[in-house]
Amino acid sequence: MLEVKNIFKTYGDNPLLKNISFTVAEGETVCLLGASGSGKSTLLRMIAGLESPDSGFIFFDGLDLASTPPHLRDFGLVFQDYALFPHLNVNDNVAFGLKMRRMGRDEISERVASSLELVNLKGFGGRSVNDLSGGEQQRVALARALAIRPRLLMFDEPLGALDRTLREGLLNELRTILQKTNIPAIYVTHDQEEAFAIADRVLILHGGAIIREGTPADVWANPMSAYVAEFLGLGSVIEGKERGKTKDGMWKVESEFGEFVVGCEHKHSKGEKVHLLVRPFVEESNRWSSSPARAERSDSEDEASRDVSRPEGNNRNTIRGVTSDVVFQQDKFKVTLDNGLYVYLKDAPKVGKKIAVGVKVECLG
Amino acid sequence: MYTGRQVNRETSKHGNKASLYTCVRVYLSTLSLWLLPLTFLALAFFFPLSKILAFTLSPSTLTLENLRNTQHVVLFTFYQATLSTLLTLLLGIPSAILFSRFDFRGKSLLRALTAVPFLLPTVVVAASFNSLFGTHGLLSTFYSFLFPLSSFTLHPSPFILILIAHLFYNTTIVIRIVGAALSNLNPKLEQAARSLGADSLRVWLNVTLPLLRPSILAASLLVFLFDFTSFGVILLLGNSQLSTLETEIYFQAVRQFNLPLAALLSIIQLLCTLAVSILYSKYAIRSTQYASRSTPSRRPKTLKQKLFTTSLIFLLSTFFILPLASLPFRSLTRLEADRGQRSEVQYGFTTDYYKELFINRRGSVFYVPPFQAILNSLTYASATVILSILLGFPAAFALAHPTRLEKILDPLIMLPLGSSAVMLGLGFIITYGKWLASPWLVPFAHTLIALPFVIRALQPAIASIPNRLRQAASTLGASPLEVWKNIDLPILRRATLAAATFAFTISLGEFGATLLISRPEYPTIPVAIERFLSQPGGLNYGQAMAMATILMALTTASILLIEKFRLPNASEF
Repeated sequence: MLEVKNIFKTYGDNPLLKNISFTVAEGETVCLLGASGSGKSTLLRMIAGLESPDSGFIFFDGLDLASTPPHLRDFGLVFQDYALFPHLNVNDNVAFGLKMRRMGRDEISERVASSLELVNLKGFGGRSVNDLSGGEQQRVALARALAIRPRLLMFDEPLGALDRTLREGLLNELRTILQKTNIPAIYVTHDQEEAFAIADRVLILHGGAIIREGTPADVWANPMSAYVAEFLGLGSVIEGKERGKTKDGMWKVESEFGEFVVGCEHKHSKGEKVHLLVRPFVEESNRWSSSPARAERSDSEDEASRDVSRPEGNNRNTIRGVTSDVVFQQDKFKVTLDNGLYVYLKDAPKVGKKIAVGVKVECLG
Repeated sequence: MYTGRQVNRETSKHGNKASLYTCVRVYLSTLSLWLLPLTFLALAFFFPLSKILAFTLSPSTLTLENLRNTQHVVLFTFYQATLSTLLTLLLGIPSAILFSRFDFRGKSLLRALTAVPFLLPTVVVAASFNSLFGTHGLLSTFYSFLFPLSSFTLHPSPFILILIAHLFYNTTIVIRIVGAALSNLNPKLEQAARSLGADSLRVWLNVTLPLLRPSILAASLLVFLFDFTSFGVILLLGNSQLSTLETEIYFQAVRQFNLPLAALLSIIQLLCTLAVSILYSKYAIRSTQYASRSTPSRRPKTLKQKLFTTSLIFLLSTFFILPLASLPFRSLTRLEADRGQRSEVQYGFTTDYYKELFINRRGSVFYVPPFQAILNSLTYASATVILSILLGFPAAFALAHPTRLEKILDPLIMLPLGSSAVMLGLGFIITYGKWLASPWLVPFAHTLIALPFVIRALQPAIASIPNRLRQAASTLGASPLEVWKNIDLPILRRATLAAATFAFTISLGEFGATLLISRPEYPTIPVAIERFLSQPGGLNYGQAMAMATILMALTTASILLIEKFRLPNASEF
């Protein structure tokens, strides 16, 4: 349906977008994920027609949109701060686009009512938009964009101004509405949880380019770059050096946190620098072991490691350190070690205790 | 990667062209916004100003004799302005303390009352003082009624009257500026001084006063500026004996037809006001630098505080109510003999002065019934509204999204605000003298004076409309024209009404410029009041009072309208 092709955009001397191309299929929700300043909002505004690219094309159903002004594109855009018209009440805000389309009065009121019902704001029509809460304003903005039955819906950080619980609730509603209406959607956010919760497909924007594209599960499992792993908060990203292959075809990697054995499909040479991702979720049942009394006396790494019950099979890696911070997080504890690595554990050790934990380590190339 | 780079090179070429194109387009569109306002300013302000300058700089004007003639006027102008300013501080600072530090019943009402004179046309204030203190005023008539044989008269000299009128006019400035600084003062500073052993007098002298100095200076300079350029008050209360720069320009231009000397005087005047304005803007910035949390005001507690508040409240309410009340009262009271009734005086209530306004008497000061002046004023005011809105909208639009061009043009467009009305009138006479017979010069002069106010009223409203509202509308299917109709216009409606009312009020009360350029057969209300007051006789005097009362009522109604439309947080000065 929507096809974005080779978009370039420069502000002043800074290239903001460099050769961006992607598509959005029918009924699909695509999430543009990126840090602030990555150009994701600009991209959205170009699709809406509010800005024009330096070069590149935007097609919809095969038609080039370059000469179509924003008001003729039939795209719905939901702004971060809602952009509700302060001089109009809820009904008139939602009806605005329909009036612009010269619809009959009965049809307008029917559509307004159904749009408001869709966003759970039945009966709010007569209220002033200035008296609504943030969440209610966001729903009005959504209803306003939905009322015109757009060919494409776009969201520019729509939940950014709301608090966490409200955000989760609205996110679920939004997903239901998108599924129900089957409108293709582009959702821009810097929040990876939000992106993973709503997207069919995630595009990660960095340095003016799309550096990773895939389903949430795929991206989560294979971040494929240090930046993505770090940006998504998948775990600790560390540097290491290739130290040759093991007998079963795995690579040995040496780092300041010890030696790890990782399996990967990259072609490496000995001595090459690589990035590793230490996943904080402990394999098996989140067991950790402390150094026994004997080890405390001699204080030698070898002796401590001897007592660690190493998990079997694929996962042969262990991190060690003294716990420096333990934070309770609902069903787990986030345990940070003095060397900066962190893991999630089921039951928490005391701060200042020397521990060793079996973890999953992946190569990021 | 290769293709990407190639595309990139192509794009940047294409991109430069596109951005240059948009640049030129944006530049042209802002220039077209400025076209009308700048043309108007050039024709109505800068060209006349250059004419005045040319007059002044000619060798026949810059003679020793001329300069000596101006010396006396300049000195008197400074003298009266300084005295007036000191008097204003004397009343203003205690009042500022009263309003910022104490709570009492009717506080906001009294504060509003002190601001009323500042908003009234000068002729109304002058007429009010005349109705109270003048030779035909209430005080002196009652006095001679009570003591018919006394040779002593109870009306102050013109000079004292001018000082009191200036005090009446400008006290509100000191109350606003110094009061704001006082209530923004950190109360902990005074408390700290207290705890370090200073008594209340020493706290005041060593802590509070030094902290207030920038704001007191700023207020003084602004008051001085208004006193220095005051025209109506001096002309109407000074009995033609006292002459400041401003009134002298008028006398020389209109009564002596000595345009070169008038031009010289107005350039001296311009230089003085410019110097004071620059000083003022310097201190106005500093006066806000200590602003922090606000000091809460509270009810007076000690005996000393109660004495201070009660006496000051009494003084202020008397001082501000009496002249304003005496004007309408005097316009409805017969206090002396009418035409042809020399022996028998009928005291008492009368509506004759109002009825007389509709009659065109032979030998009266007008060629038309006085009522015509009211119609003229309303016509001029309407024309001023239309003109200033037409010119103000594009300028305010350009200023709401300032670029480098706007930063240069902004002070330029506010310049007429700093020049005196009489000088603007003089410029019109010198430049467009041959069109003086046309009544249409007046609304142009009024527009020149109202334009800065109109722009200042519109600009924040335009700037307050976020661009994303327009964008939201356009993504919802509104064409650019529909965006303007459905977003900009409804939101701007209130501000436009406020700006229009501003222009209307300013035009109604404008005196200095109008007096110079209006034709005798097309008087406005203020001009008519001046003419009535300059003629002898109880009937003329009464009609002046009636006219002034009508103008006061019209202006008050307008002020109330503006208050209703005004955006919250709009600045005051």
